[in-house]
Amino acid sequence: MSSHQPLPPRPRDPVALDDRARDNLRFIRETMERAGSFTAVPGWGGVAMGITAFGAAAIASRQDSPLAWLVTWMIEATAAIAIASWTTYTKARESGGSLFSGPGRRFVYSFAPPIFVGALLTLFLVRAGLTGTIAGMWLLLYGTAVVTGGAFSIRIVPLMGLCFMVLGAVALFSPASWSNALLAAGFGGLHVIFGAVIARKYGG
Amino acid sequence: MAAKSNAARVERDEKSKRIVASARPAENATNLDRLIHERTRLAIISALAVNESLTFNELKKLLSVTDGNLSVHARKLEDAGYISCAKSFANRLPKTEYRLSTAGRRALEKYLDHMEALIRATRER
Repeated sequence: MSSHQPLPPRPRDPVALDDRARDNLRFIRETMERAGSFTAVPGWGGVAMGITAFGAAAIASRQDSPLAWLVTWMIEATAAIAIASWTTYTKARESGGSLFSGPGRRFVYSFAPPIFVGALLTLFLVRAGLTGTIAGMWLLLYGTAVVTGGAFSIRIVPLMGLCFMVLGAVALFSPASWSNALLAAGFGGLHVIFGAVIARKYGG
Repeated sequence: MAAKSNAARVERDEKSKRIVASARPAENATNLDRLIHERTRLAIISALAVNESLTFNELKKLLSVTDGNLSVHARKLEDAGYISCAKSFANRLPKTEYRLSTAGRRALEKYLDHMEALIRATRER
C-alpha cells in the first residue's frame, strides 16, 4: 500500500553495546590472569625466600674459602626450595587440588629443567675452579626457569624472571667480588619486591 | 539447603532473562552465544582456557561463587558439551575436576570474535 517501507530502526544504543563488549573482554582477560596465576608460588613465600637470601648473603660474604661460600648458598637454596614447596603445597591443598595437577604441574615441569642444568653446571664450574662465574650462572638460569614457568601466569611473574636474567648478565661480566651483592639483590631484593606485589595484588 | 535455594534462584534468573530476550527480537538476531554470555559461565570458560584442569574448589575460590551457583552453571556448560567433568576421590574426599572441551574452546573463540566485531562495528560507524 504505502510506497515507502519504514526505515529499519537504528541500533538503539550502539555506544552502550560497544562499551559492554569492551567490558566483557576485560572481564575475560582479568579472569584468565587470575586463573593463570592460581597455584603459582604464593607471594608471601617469595618474601620469606628473599629474607633468608639476605641472611645467606651476609654469612657468605664473611667466608674465606670458595667451598664454605658455596656451602652457605647451597643451604640457602635448600631452605628456599623448602619454603616454596611448603607454601605452594598448603595453597594447593586449601583449594582441594594437588601440587602435581593442573597449573601446578605445568609450572613444575617448565621450572625444573633450567634448575637441573644449574645444579649440573655448578658441579662442573666448582671442579674447574671457576667459582667466580657461579653467581651469574645461577641468576641467569633461575631467571630462565621463572620466565618459562611463569609464561602463562600473570605478567608480573615472567617480568621477575627477566629481572633475574638481567642481573645474571651483569654478574657474568663483573668482578667476582660483586657476587654476594648481586646474589643478595636478586634472590633477596627481587623476591621480596615481587613477592610483596604478588601477595598484595593477587591474594596470598 | 542454601545450595538448593541458590540453584533455584539461578534457574529463575535464567528464565526471566529468556523472557526479556524473546521480547527483544533485535538482540536475538545478533546470534550471541547466551550459554557463555552469562558472567559466571563466562568466568568458568575463561579460567579453564588457561588451565588444563581445575577442581570444583579451585573454581569456587577463584570466582568467589557459592557451591550451588557453581554446580548449576557448570552443569549447564557440561550439558552443552563445552566442559567435561571427572569425579574421583583424593584422600577419601570427593574431587570434581573440570576441563575445557574442544567445543568449549571454539565457543569462547567465537564469543571473543563476536565482541571484537561489535567494537569494530561501532568504531567504523
